[in-house]
Amino acid sequence: MRRTFLIATFSDGDRLVKAVETVRSYNFSVYDVYSPYPVHGLDEAMGLRRTRLPWITLLVGAFGTTLALTFQFYTSVLDWPLNVGGKPDNSTLAWVPICFELTVLLGGLSIFFALLVRARLYPGKKEQLAAEGVTNDTFALVLRKKDSAFDMKYARELLEQSGADEVKVREAEL
Amino acid sequence: MSTTAMEFDPRIQEAQVLPPPHWVEGHPSLAQITDDIARPMEGRPGKGWWICFGIACLGLLDLVGMVTWLIAKGIGVWGLNNSVGWAFDITNFVFWIGIGHAGTLISAILLLFRQQWRTSINRSAEAMTIFAVMCAGLFPAIHMGRPWDAFFIFPYFPNQRGPLWVNFRSPLVWDVVAISTYFTISLVFWYLGMVPDLATLRDRAKGGIKKFIFRVLSLGWNGSHRTWARYEITSLVLAGLATPLVLSVHSIVSMDFATSLVPGWHTTIFPPYFVAGAIYSGFGMVLTLLIITRQTMHLERYITMQHLDKMAKVTMFTGMIVSYAYATEFFSAWYGGNLYERYHFINRATGPYAWCFYLMVLCNVITPQMLWPRKIRSSVAALFIVSILVNIGMWFERFVIIVVSLHRAFLPSGWGMFYPTKIDVGVLVGSFGLFFTCFLLFIRFLPMIAMWEIRGVAGHGAYKMALSSDDDEEQKQEEAVIA
Repeated sequence: MRRTFLIATFSDGDRLVKAVETVRSYNFSVYDVYSPYPVHGLDEAMGLRRTRLPWITLLVGAFGTTLALTFQFYTSVLDWPLNVGGKPDNSTLAWVPICFELTVLLGGLSIFFALLVRARLYPGKKEQLAAEGVTNDTFALVLRKKDSAFDMKYARELLEQSGADEVKVREAEL
Repeated sequence: MSTTAMEFDPRIQEAQVLPPPHWVEGHPSLAQITDDIARPMEGRPGKGWWICFGIACLGLLDLVGMVTWLIAKGIGVWGLNNSVGWAFDITNFVFWIGIGHAGTLISAILLLFRQQWRTSINRSAEAMTIFAVMCAGLFPAIHMGRPWDAFFIFPYFPNQRGPLWVNFRSPLVWDVVAISTYFTISLVFWYLGMVPDLATLRDRAKGGIKKFIFRVLSLGWNGSHRTWARYEITSLVLAGLATPLVLSVHSIVSMDFATSLVPGWHTTIFPPYFVAGAIYSGFGMVLTLLIITRQTMHLERYITMQHLDKMAKVTMFTGMIVSYAYATEFFSAWYGGNLYERYHFINRATGPYAWCFYLMVLCNVITPQMLWPRKIRSSVAALFIVSILVNIGMWFERFVIIVVSLHRAFLPSGWGMFYPTKIDVGVLVGSFGLFFTCFLLFIRFLPMIAMWEIRGVAGHGAYKMALSSDDDEEQKQEEAVIA
């Protein structure tokens, strides 16, 4: 779906942060910011909440531990108990390494895939670039025209005053 | 110190706005950084690359031939015998798996410690990890004798061996799980780190197959900050997982030995000793590789002498831990009073393989001591020689641990000697061929320096503002003085 955006480009990360702060202080909501590297201070400036992705690692990791423990118990105690060197069937301590490895494996893979799902990244997706060079040396601040109450002229003025190199209105799918 | 003192002491406030040291020489612009790193991939490779690649391909060809012969004939073509059942194969396995550890240390542990010097070298170090683990995984597989049954080492459904399962109490099974986990997590971490750079390359590509491949691999990345925020947390979580993982992997490898009763293997010092040795050997290999790429790809601006200096210091430090572990082993053998253990260490220093032991001491105890003077740490040629010696020394360390322990274990009637055959040597050389072929293809086709991370530390971040405002004030003061 194509929507209308006001896109301001910057050549400097610090000016971008300042601009985000200014725009937000005038009650405009920032649609998104595009940058060639993670600019520090943008999280606070944009008022982003800390992501909850690590919880997925915790949950899936805990599942991994449980799975490894129960599986080893099932195979060595219930399904086919085998006397190896007189050690007890339920050698819980000897199972710790595999429990640990499976925790790490499933925890790590889960956050990777969760990131892809949450950020809607998938192989072969057609990239939607806010401006040319956002993966090289350009920073873009994007506001979205939600309804007629959006004061395009005022927003444009604000962005120009905060040091944008160029401010453009664009219909795009971002 | 109380908070009020922090607020009012101007020296402390000044210290807090000091910029971090620069890890990129000069002040390249953002576009310049992209250009410098991406250009070698877009042009034709130089003569140096082709020569290295040719040699590496010969090595790979040798590996394919040797392994085919080995599988066709059985492992009798190696020099193994009843006394020495593990020799070159397991030595190579431990050697390669150890090499990988430095990559994870640089990419994950230094990320957690916020060491910015990792930015120029982490990508190639991670690639090294992946290729080294590939080489390592090859050896246990071909050592099985029937490699087509290699999947037996994993528990699987439906279980065709009846209800008989793998023995989860065995460190060999732990090893399989640990190394496959290590490979998977390293691969994910490496790939995820590359996604923004692949997007840069996609946007630079003019079209055709190159653009298509980079488009598929870059997952539609568009630099959105909402994604960046999640991406950074994900990297941090993966680093946090990889850190204990890397320590566990070599600890478990050492347990393959330590849980047996063979003199020279049955000691509790093995896990930390192996981990330190792994990092030491890995840094040796990172130094070798980065010095080669730095010279052949002309990336002196990004892989600076400061980086080499830091790596030399880590090498020296871990080298000293390894030396200390050697001394501890000898002390325990003497102090522990076990006849076989004591004989093993006498045999290590005076037996038929004593030359391997002294070569190991020369390379791993004496060589790192050479790195004390700054003069040696700032000479590329000297560092290159040291790094090669470290690699040789660490291969011999594993040979000494494995073969020297086995060849005279308990009763003299069970003693024997191991002599490598041509196939033994051929497979070892071939594994280097596999490793270097992969690495050379990597530096040719993928961004070997993390462009987006370099952009962040090259003085374009928040620190620049603090710097420039200071400069302005100084300038104003100077102008005032002149007036």
